Amino acid sequence: MNIDAIQNGIVIDHITAGRGMRIYELLGLDALDVSVALIKNAVSHQTGGKKDIIKIDSDMSVNFDVLGFVDPGVTVNIIRDGQLVEKRRIDMPERLTNVIRCKNPRCITSTERAIDHVFKLTDRKNKVYRCVYCETKA
Amino acid sequence: MKRSVIDILDLTPAELEALIATALDIIDHPDQYARRCAGKKLATLFFEPSTRTRLSFEAAMYELGGSVLSVTDAASSSASKGESVSDTAKVVSCYADIIAMRHPKEGAALVAAQAASIPVINAGDGGHCHPTQTLADLLTIRREKGAFSGLTIGLCGDLKFGRTVHSLINAMARYPDNRFVLISPEELKLPSYVKKDVLAERGIPYVQTTSLEEAMPELDVLYMTRVQRERFFNEEDYLRLKDSYILDAAKLRTAKSDLCVMHPLPRVNEIAVDVDDDPRACYFKQVLNGKYMRMALILKLLEL
Repeated sequence: MNIDAIQNGIVIDHITAGRGMRIYELLGLDALDVSVALIKNAVSHQTGGKKDIIKIDSDMSVNFDVLGFVDPGVTVNIIRDGQLVEKRRIDMPERLTNVIRCKNPRCITSTERAIDHVFKLTDRKNKVYRCVYCETKA
Repeated sequence: MKRSVIDILDLTPAELEALIATALDIIDHPDQYARRCAGKKLATLFFEPSTRTRLSFEAAMYELGGSVLSVTDAASSSASKGESVSDTAKVVSCYADIIAMRHPKEGAALVAAQAASIPVINAGDGGHCHPTQTLADLLTIRREKGAFSGLTIGLCGDLKFGRTVHSLINAMARYPDNRFVLISPEELKLPSYVKKDVLAERGIPYVQTTSLEEAMPELDVLYMTRVQRERFFNEEDYLRLKDSYILDAAKLRTAKSDLCVMHPLPRVNEIAVDVDDDPRACYFKQVLNGKYMRMALILKLLEL
C-alpha cells in the first residue's frame, strides 16, 4: 500500500498496531482540513511485525503528551520541503492536561466549571496515571 | 510564599515534627499563644456538615486570639447558586486570612488552594483526604507512645473506604520499624494499591486478619473505625460483621497495658461505652489533640 510522501508535515511512526485510531481521535485529526493518512497494520521494517502510521500533510503542532500517553515509544518525524528535519522518540509525559477526563463521579472535576483535567504519572513501570484532584487511576 | 495543606504528605517529616513541637508548647504554655492570631480571620467553609471538625477549627482559631467567619452549609452559601469552588475561594480570600474547607467532592480543597490567594487547609474532601485528622492521630500517638517508630499498629473496621486509615498508613509508613495489623471483614480489606504502593513498596511488614481478638495481644496502637452499613450489599452481612468489631472491656483483657485505643469519631457501636473509662481509651484525647494540631497548623500557614 502506497501513500504519497509529504512535503511539509508530520509522520507519526512506530505506533503499536491498533492504537492509531485512538491517537487519531485524541489529536482531533478528524477535524483537520488537510490530507491525513492513517495506515493500519503496516509492516515494520525494523521488527517485521505490524505497526500503525499517521501522516499529516500540514505543518501543525502535535500534542506530544497524547502520543506519550497512548503509545510511549512512537516516533515523530518532522518533514520540511520533503526532507526529514527532526526525528523525536516520544516518552510518557509526567503530566497530562486535558487529554483524558477523570471518570470518578465524586471528583471535583465532575462539577467544577472551566477546570483542567490533569493527571500525573505515578508509576512509570506500570504506566499508571492518577487524577491530581482525587487520585483516581486513569 | 503561600502554603496550603491538602494531603498529610504535603508536610515533610521535619515539618510534622515542628508542628508537634508547637502543639506541645501550646499545651504547656497556652497563655503565650492566646493573642498570636489577633487581627487574623479564619474562614471555615463547610459544604457538608461536620460539626466536630468545624468546631475544632473554630476553637483553635479563637484560642489563638483570632476570629472566625463561618459558612456552615452549602444551602446558605453562593454554592447553591452555582458558584464554582474556585470563585468561592477567590471571594473568601478577600475577607479572610486562611481557609479551612470541607467539601463532598474529592479534590475540592486542591481547587480552592489553586484559586485562593490565602492558605487553604483541607478539612475533608469527600472520601479522599482529611489531613488534620491525621495530625490529631499523630500527636496522640506521639503523646501516648512517645515515638512514631517500633510500633505495631492495628487498624480495625472499614479499611477499604476509610480515608483516615489510608492517611495514617501513609504518614506512619515514613517512620522505621513499624508494623501494621489490618483487621477487617473480607469485604472491607485495605485496597490493594495501598498495600502495594505504600506497604510493599517500602518493605513494611503487615498482616491481614479478620479477628480483632487474635490481633489484640500484640498491638501498641489500635485504631478503630466505623463499619458503615451503606457499604454492604446485604443487611445480613452487615449485621454479622459489625458485631465482630465492637471493642469492649472484655476484648481489652488480652491487650497490652499501654495499648493506645484510637477512633476518629463519631463512633456508633464499635467501641462500647465501658471502654471509655479505661486508661487505654485515647479517642477523646485525640479530639483535644486535633485542636492543638490545628492551632499549630494555622500558625505555620500564617507564618506567625
